[in-house]
Amino acid sequence: MQITWAYISNYFIYSAMGVFALSFFAHAFETAWAVRTPDQSENTEGSLKTKTLDYTRTERAARIATAMMILGFILLLGGVIARGVSAKHVPWGNMYEFSITGALAFTGAYLAALRKYDLRWLGLFISISVLLTLGTAITLLYRDSAPLVPALKSTWLVIHVIAAIISGGVFLLANVIAGAYLYLEAMESRGERKAWAKRLPDLETLDQLSYRLVAFVFPLWTFAVIAGAIWAESAWGRYWGWDPKETWAFITWVAYAAYLHARVTIGWRGKRAAWLCLFAGSTFLFNYVYVNVWGTGKHTYSGL
Amino acid sequence: MDRFDDLSSFDDYRIRTGDLMTQEINIPELGTVGLLRYFWRQLTSMRTALILLMMLGLAAIPGSLIPQRSQNPMAVRQYFIDSPELARWIDRLSGFTVYSSPWFSAIYILLFISLIGCVLPRTLEHYKSMRAQPPATPRNLSRMEAFQEFAGRGSELESAKKWFKKNRFRVRIEDQSISAEKGYLRETGNLLFHLSLILILLGVSIGSLFGMRGEAIVNKGERFISIPTSYDTLSFGKLVNEESVQPFIIEVIDFVAKYDALTNAPQDYTATVRVTNPGEKTSEIKTLKVNSPLTFGNTRVYLQANGYSPIVTVRDSTGAVALQGPVPFLPQDGNLRSIGAIKVPDGNPQLGFVASFLPTYERDGANGGISVFPELLNPKLLFSIWQGDLGLDSGIPQSVYRMDTTKMRRIALDSLKPGETFTYPEGSITFETVVPWINLQIVDDPGKSYALYGAIAAILGLLASLFGRRRRIWIRITPTGVVEVAGLAKNSAPGLTAEVEKFVAHLREEK
Repeated sequence: MQITWAYISNYFIYSAMGVFALSFFAHAFETAWAVRTPDQSENTEGSLKTKTLDYTRTERAARIATAMMILGFILLLGGVIARGVSAKHVPWGNMYEFSITGALAFTGAYLAALRKYDLRWLGLFISISVLLTLGTAITLLYRDSAPLVPALKSTWLVIHVIAAIISGGVFLLANVIAGAYLYLEAMESRGERKAWAKRLPDLETLDQLSYRLVAFVFPLWTFAVIAGAIWAESAWGRYWGWDPKETWAFITWVAYAAYLHARVTIGWRGKRAAWLCLFAGSTFLFNYVYVNVWGTGKHTYSGL
Repeated sequence: MDRFDDLSSFDDYRIRTGDLMTQEINIPELGTVGLLRYFWRQLTSMRTALILLMMLGLAAIPGSLIPQRSQNPMAVRQYFIDSPELARWIDRLSGFTVYSSPWFSAIYILLFISLIGCVLPRTLEHYKSMRAQPPATPRNLSRMEAFQEFAGRGSELESAKKWFKKNRFRVRIEDQSISAEKGYLRETGNLLFHLSLILILLGVSIGSLFGMRGEAIVNKGERFISIPTSYDTLSFGKLVNEESVQPFIIEVIDFVAKYDALTNAPQDYTATVRVTNPGEKTSEIKTLKVNSPLTFGNTRVYLQANGYSPIVTVRDSTGAVALQGPVPFLPQDGNLRSIGAIKVPDGNPQLGFVASFLPTYERDGANGGISVFPELLNPKLLFSIWQGDLGLDSGIPQSVYRMDTTKMRRIALDSLKPGETFTYPEGSITFETVVPWINLQIVDDPGKSYALYGAIAAILGLLASLFGRRRRIWIRITPTGVVEVAGLAKNSAPGLTAEVEKFVAHLREEK
């Protein structure tokens, strides 16, 4: 029974990867096909933007891409749930399980933001990074489904980890947008935006969006750290011990606190704020990769 | 025009002269008081606070890369052996004790002084402004946001008053106009967040000044009486001493460890203990698990580690018992291959056994014997017997798990299963049986509840400061009887237009 569910989970994950790959190609097709050839653009009315770009003819591809993204999300959700059923606990026992859940949170954050903002231009990037994460997870990090070690048997596992994973997904999305800001800013400072980049939101919108995402999720991250401290008190006999994972969670918290202060109080905008946002996000990634793989301390369980 | 200042949600610090990165610092020519005031203003400025915050983050990094004495003293010792010169330099810079180092402390103490210097005056100011009336209605409402005008019936001011009251706006009622304001929760939350950080720091300080932490290994079947001498390690906060140890008794009746047959990973540790509370004669049976410690007031007892203690009997050549009882061994891997030393100091020359214990023994070509499962499926005790000077009188503290064999000579080598005896010219050793031991961690932290309350308040404050919206709404009846309505939201927070719409709808439907 346990083995069967683990297989089902793997099939879900593989199918999700297939669907994310389709989504990636649809996004790529959409981005490439929207560009008019020079002789077409000469015969077209309107501004330079509508002369060189025509998204009406690729709207179908864009819809397919988003539909695939939603389907991928559902399959991935199925994979994560089946993994949990196979192990009879929430699927957050090792790095493979964190990675598939993290990819789920990242896709979820994108789809949730998509309801409010037209972020489909990001889809190309989102689908490829989810694909890479899942690929790494299933090839390098895969571990057989196993019961939890005693230290992880706690209600706090669910509370602490879900808060951390959702925060991580949103932080990364904010990072991608800050990265896009810097890239487009550099492009604009050299002159006009390239044809494919014309449909992307203006710099002001990107700047605001990455800030909103961080401000929205910062309390959740604070909560994740505090829930971890409460759990550590009952499992390890102290609520804070400067374990490498705790230290880096603290550094991430401090970096985002600095980002919010710099933005709101001192009034940093644009490039400087985007760099600071990228720095804060990279402390989170570093915590995830370095401390899990090479680090020592109390947060390393059962291999990875 | 009366506008909000343009600072927004995290505006904990006012921007003062010299705050902006681009501005030059002008040191005024003043006396001592002036100079002190100047430094105080610099310290409590937003720029300094932000730099200190970033420095705190950066200063925390080395502690996660260099082994720390508080977590992994063995790794620190190894560091000194591997690269002594570098280790000495790191030690001189407090690199092995980063989080209690002078420079780390300096950063967070300065940061908190800066925080207090800023938050306290602001709290007073906020308190005053909460009790004050909102500013007067601006003269030209049409220049504000969400402006509307319509022909009035004359009762609008009365019904506006009702609406403001129902929606808990603070109002200033003027002759032909009302100025209403709402959303002070934002600043309240902001201040609460920063004040609660101070509470957390206070909790941490109380814990480190008045706390106590100790460890003890207890074999199954033995009793642990909590008095200072029965601890293996015991450390106190700066302002308490041995008198603060709570005198409880824990008897380990049973300990069961379950492991997964496929992965050998631990699944469950359960200790059954008989607990006698301080001052009570009655005792009760309790279960101690990894995530559920025992509690005695502020003191908590945790199940932290476990291992095996072989019970051995060592006899001399006449057959008299020289040593008998369980000897705790130190686990070395996931399958609980454990090492230990059995020291028999009474006798001339002294005798000792360097031993390893394997709960599930299997022959391994390269390493001799290994353990392939952590449970007692095929237990075996492997040992070498040494004769000479154990070095116990030299004054240098020795590990109970290791033996210094430099002044000793090996006389025999063998392995035993439970119940077997090995006889050598100087005597004999019998491996009677094996019992598990558990490591109890006993912690007294009187500051942790403050830290917890601080943390809860911090989250509430953060939520209020991020999601609170401060806004004003005005209504005025012009001399010609036209009703003018407008609003203003701080930080251009969303939702103002919708709120003004609702307000106007209310005014127009009320007859």
